[in-house]
Amino acid sequence: MTDQAIMPVPTEALDTQGAIDWLKDKYPEAVQDDTRQGYGGVVVDRSQLTKIAHAIRDDLGYDYLSSATAVDYLGISDHIEMVYHAYRTAGGPPLVFKAQTPRENAEIPSVVSVWPGADFQEREAYDLFGIQFSGHPNLKRILLWEGFDGHPMRKDWQEAYYEEEHKPFESRWPKGWVRRAEELNVFGKNVRYPADLDLSRLTDVSEDSLYKGMGLGVDVQEIVQEGEHIKTDRLIVNMGPHHPSTHGVFRMIAELDGETIEALEPVMGYLHRNHEKIGERNAWLMNIPFTDRLDYISSMGNNMGYVQAVEKLLAQGARYTPPTYRAEVIRVLMVELTRIVNHLWAIGFLLNDLGAFFTPALYAIAEREKVLDFFEATAGSRMMCNYMRFQGVAKDLPERIHSTAVTVNDKVRDYNTMEFLTELINERLPRSIDELDHFLTESEIIKTRAMGVGILPPEMAIAYSAAGPLLRASNVPYDVRRAEPYSIYPELDFDVCVRPNGDVYDRYLIRLDEMRESVRILKQVLQRLEATHGEDIFSGNKAIYMPRVPVGESYGRVENPKGELGFYCVSEGDPKGPQNPWRYHVRAPSFINLTPLGVMCKGHKVADVVVILGSIDIVLGETDR
Amino acid sequence: MNGTGILKGLGVTLKHFIQTYVDDIRYGGRKYLGMENFEVRQGLKAQGAFTVQYPDEKIAVPERFRFVPFLVVNEDDHPDAPGKDWCTSCGICAKVCPPQCIWIVRSEDPVTKRPVPEPEAFFIDIDICMNCGYCAEFCPFDAIKMDHDYELADFDRTGTHIHDKPKLSKPYEYYYNIAPTTAAEEAQARGGWEHPDVIKAKKKSGEPVMEQPWFMLRAEDPEARARAEAERAAKAAAAAESTVSEADIAAERQARRAEALARHRAWAAKKN
Ligand code: SF4
Ligand code: SF4
Repeated sequence: MTDQAIMPVPTEALDTQGAIDWLKDKYPEAVQDDTRQGYGGVVVDRSQLTKIAHAIRDDLGYDYLSSATAVDYLGISDHIEMVYHAYRTAGGPPLVFKAQTPRENAEIPSVVSVWPGADFQEREAYDLFGIQFSGHPNLKRILLWEGFDGHPMRKDWQEAYYEEEHKPFESRWPKGWVRRAEELNVFGKNVRYPADLDLSRLTDVSEDSLYKGMGLGVDVQEIVQEGEHIKTDRLIVNMGPHHPSTHGVFRMIAELDGETIEALEPVMGYLHRNHEKIGERNAWLMNIPFTDRLDYISSMGNNMGYVQAVEKLLAQGARYTPPTYRAEVIRVLMVELTRIVNHLWAIGFLLNDLGAFFTPALYAIAEREKVLDFFEATAGSRMMCNYMRFQGVAKDLPERIHSTAVTVNDKVRDYNTMEFLTELINERLPRSIDELDHFLTESEIIKTRAMGVGILPPEMAIAYSAAGPLLRASNVPYDVRRAEPYSIYPELDFDVCVRPNGDVYDRYLIRLDEMRESVRILKQVLQRLEATHGEDIFSGNKAIYMPRVPVGESYGRVENPKGELGFYCVSEGDPKGPQNPWRYHVRAPSFINLTPLGVMCKGHKVADVVVILGSIDIVLGETDR
Repeated sequence: MNGTGILKGLGVTLKHFIQTYVDDIRYGGRKYLGMENFEVRQGLKAQGAFTVQYPDEKIAVPERFRFVPFLVVNEDDHPDAPGKDWCTSCGICAKVCPPQCIWIVRSEDPVTKRPVPEPEAFFIDIDICMNCGYCAEFCPFDAIKMDHDYELADFDRTGTHIHDKPKLSKPYEYYYNIAPTTAAEEAQARGGWEHPDVIKAKKKSGEPVMEQPWFMLRAEDPEARARAEAERAAKAAAAAESTVSEADIAAERQARRAEALARHRAWAAKKN
């Protein structure tokens, strides 16, 4: 390592620009500034990516890889690019670096050896973009199945019901004689298979590749005898996709020795709808209601992540005014209520997984009803809120939460909104959290089942890019609201919760802690709501439905209840052309938090797998996107 | 001591169980009977179970609740323009709709072929509608609004799930009833209770704008009511006499739709 001698390892943490300069000094031929308009970070020569990634992690201290995703620049510069966002767990802005490859035979070295958390993300990029990651230990499709033709996120790939590149479609107006998609493109004629796929051996082929990835043949009935142990069969058990414990359509392939998990691999994508491709056909505004459908338990948080990412882009343009103060206050009100709703749900269903069937779950989600009533009265929907807009929120809080009876058996409720919120935040939610605590925390059954199960040590949690409660229960005090503050969080008084052991029990406890912190935040928000009553909730022109988004890239991330939710957006904003995102990527915490699932389950029993999965708290709408 | 945690937990279950009955006793039958006492059960201070016996009783949805949209039209007995669409077929809702489920045919003047601000046909494919509410939010004429009728389940998807103009059109009175506060806010922003274009025209010519929505004026003014009744009867008689039947109109629409579909197919075939 001669160059190491010339370039000493920085002893103190450099800021982002310092880190970039250091990299450029150390690898002058391989690291260049990304000089495109509206872009940041560096472009790394792909042949040296692994080496430089090591330096970024070890020498510069960017130990947490938040997001790794690809962009296809067909027709712009005709290459495919991997974009990495690395952070320091101590906090601060990201180091963004990119590696480019031609579209033909796209190949980029894998960084899994540096950040194991890149595992699923690289598989996703392979699946959707067709990039070969040399050195990836288990490179195969992850969201789509083996019999899928092509790589759908490439710009030249068209879906079965393809109509036009961008919405709005010409056929809708002014000559919109309606038709259904299936009238145009009849089922049976819209499915393509790869040329070399043998349809008659379909199941075998796809299953084969799954099991092979685990280092096994298809025939797995093999008897192992070890010393004095009882004879045990090694066998493969498929849990899911249709299994109540998987919280949706999710599958785990477990290799068992007796009842002990030897290896476990999650299989997902059953709910995949290529959200990102839809997002690129959509105009910017249209994506907000689509984000509701990601993690449908916490749609407000999803809205917030997306509007922030786009606002970062808008801010580079001329006529941008940031959201008003009241808008930010309302946003925080909404996302913190969402956090409580989500954690109530998570705890309730963790208990379901533990076998306490539905009593705890129902107690937990009773108060959720009240929060949803409030969402319904304010945003118009209980779960698919579609509430936030660029530069503000859709509507101010209503004066009263009330309704009009239309039919005879309609029952009417009528509350003053602020009274409702005050009662909810000061009385009902804390009471319900305390009750859950009282109800469950000391229970010996829960302690026995949860303590010491599914341990994720801190260094592993960071390496696997775990986020949210999963990370913080592993003794890593990392919370985006503090590490890279946004909205009005800097002025709010709250603590980042951590728990030391990283087991299922701590993940349960940390959710209780976080709910309490949320209540603390909400109390401060209430005062601000009262103080800003009547102020504007929107800055800018409300009637604009096709905002012009300046050219550039942005990565907006928020601390969603399930972990760090990020949106990577690229705008190629041709001022005259369609106003659509060129790239719209979702860094889904439910998806990436599954990366360490196999490691956490190793050595535990089958019944524990269910609990460990429950303690990660995933939502398949977001995992599969 | 082992087991105390469980006992403590069971205590919580017991408390819930008892609380429900305590509430029952405290409020007696009032908890279940009568309109206003519903609030006792669903109220902010309610304890224990607060479930609702759907569909025997339903919680009325709040004003902003949004479900599949409908089109606002004037009441049938409206003095200026009975039954007129508020929609001007400007196409904004069709453009802003995220899943692109709104289809609008703009009317044309039969002679000059110039567009007429009125939709000839208007369709919403409710299988695709994601109830996002953008159409209502961005319509500059307050002509499309989100409905409260969420019980749309039915046995045949193909025949009924494309809502056409007759199905979508609902009088302003209906809209006012489901969302009085919002309707009043919007009327204030428009500067009157009528269609924005009507208000603009009236202001220009110095004619007074309506001070209340028509259905309220009508309720107060028996003369107007009688006049409206007569007008409606005359219209119905004229419709009965007319040689163009509903079926003919529907058949013509069908034919034009088939024509459009053929065009789409040809276009799609060329693309592939
Ligand atoms: S936006 Fe309003 S006026 Fe324009 S076409 Fe739609 S409903 Fe009609
Ligand atoms: S509610 Fe949304 S999806 Fe439905 S018609 Fe209106 S804009 Fe389209």
